[in-house]
Amino acid sequence: MTEIRFNQSVVFVNSLVPLVLLGWDGYHKKLGANPLEYITHTTGILTLLFLLLTLAITPARKITGIPWLIRLRRMLGLYAFFYGALHLICYMWFDKSFAIVAIGKDILVRPFIAIGMTSFFLMVPLAITSTNKMLKRIGGKRWQKLHRLVYLSAAAGVLHYWMLVKADTRIPLAFGFVLALLLGYRIIDKYFPDLTQKRTARA
Amino acid sequence: MLIKKPEDIKSNEITDESKYLNRRSFMQKALLFAGTTTVTAFLYRKINPRPPIISKGDKIVGVRPASADVIPTIDEKQTPFVDITNYNNFYEFSTNKREVAELAQGFVSRPWTVAVSGLINKPKTFDIDDLLKLAPPEERVYRMRCVEGWSMVIPWVGFPLAKLLKEVDPTSEARYISFETLYDPKRMPGQGDNILDWPYVEGLRLDEAMHPLTILATGLYGQSLPPQDGAPIRLVVPWKYGFKGIKSIVKIKLVDKQPQTTWNMAAPDEYGFYSNVNPNVDHPRWSQATETRIGEFSRRKTLMFNGYADQVAYLYQGMDLRENY
Repeated sequence: MTEIRFNQSVVFVNSLVPLVLLGWDGYHKKLGANPLEYITHTTGILTLLFLLLTLAITPARKITGIPWLIRLRRMLGLYAFFYGALHLICYMWFDKSFAIVAIGKDILVRPFIAIGMTSFFLMVPLAITSTNKMLKRIGGKRWQKLHRLVYLSAAAGVLHYWMLVKADTRIPLAFGFVLALLLGYRIIDKYFPDLTQKRTARA
Repeated sequence: MLIKKPEDIKSNEITDESKYLNRRSFMQKALLFAGTTTVTAFLYRKINPRPPIISKGDKIVGVRPASADVIPTIDEKQTPFVDITNYNNFYEFSTNKREVAELAQGFVSRPWTVAVSGLINKPKTFDIDDLLKLAPPEERVYRMRCVEGWSMVIPWVGFPLAKLLKEVDPTSEARYISFETLYDPKRMPGQGDNILDWPYVEGLRLDEAMHPLTILATGLYGQSLPPQDGAPIRLVVPWKYGFKGIKSIVKIKLVDKQPQTTWNMAAPDEYGFYSNVNPNVDHPRWSQATETRIGEFSRRKTLMFNGYADQVAYLYQGMDLRENY
């Protein structure tokens, strides 16, 4: 096993830890008074967390100059998609009992549901085109352009969370703040590359 | 004489160096796996719901069931004590329903007074223990429907608010009643955060306050109220969303104009003064047609006035409940 493969496997296993513990706690009835809400909420938070981790890879690589970090990005993105899918299933199952009409109505009348759906479905093409084969087929430039949708997806995800809380917006705002930092870095990187790319040049 | 024995077998002949390095790196890798997953699990545990707090209240003596012609009997399963006392919306302690119980531990609700003032003939500041003697404690099993879309069935202990009102004798100008929660950020740490406009205030129309279903609760499951549920005394209005049931009351005032209420001030288009449970009027952000009953898997249909329509619908006759949400 090469060093990179090993690092990937460490990240892979660690990313599964929350799911394993969630299942463990659920099996032992330790999710509190409202386990369905807890599972829905936790998978939602994990989706946002993995979206931010995915977006943190590029800045982290440029700042630290560690080249293999980029090899973690696809996996983290796919985890965001995975937890997002679980979150969506929770909503459709626990809240709506898979009643398609009710779900459709929800999307139409509740902006926070529509925005959450947008966030998830923006990830779908990214997940589909995440393989090396697809990257080659589409071509690097176009692939990269397509994958900028992740910025929109993350912004919609944070907005979805912010719109749903009743009064205490501190946690969604914290997610928003980190997202702003990560996107802000990219803007600086694009327009003032001298400020950000020194280290990569050395590395 | 010292005999030096030559090392006939070198250690690297026992174990090949590359294998030795391999083994070391295997150990390193195993440690890295174990270490990182432990840290991840630990971090996850930080946000995971803590184990439930087992609250011990004092047993309330002389509790008798409320007479069946006053309150409708409910044949729905009562929500377990552990859930009622570990899933609380009480922003004075935390906005996280699962951590209120822990943060409210040690909250002392003695001594405690409730000042009753305003448009009444007999203004009085009650010591809590005198207030508790005002009327015999009754057990009232009520549905509790939170505006967030979940519900419980709670065996409250309390007495009708009407008994207190009779004692203080409202004047003919009194039209509304307002309530205020204790404001003491040292004892209620959530009040240190600027999330709501403290202290929490609530209100009712006088006829709602006089209704036999409206109670001041002082206990649940036969014991005095745990702090996380609003010790030592709170309002329970079973046909309204839970947030109308103001907790840890220190002030009551009879007034002639509709009083301000905390959630209405925070989001006027989402939380009205009346806030009657109504499956036909959605919250602007979510549906109110169904609810999760704590302890059940499938959602239930929400009932008009939380199932108390026969008792309270007359209070709102001729009113547009969509306007007066």
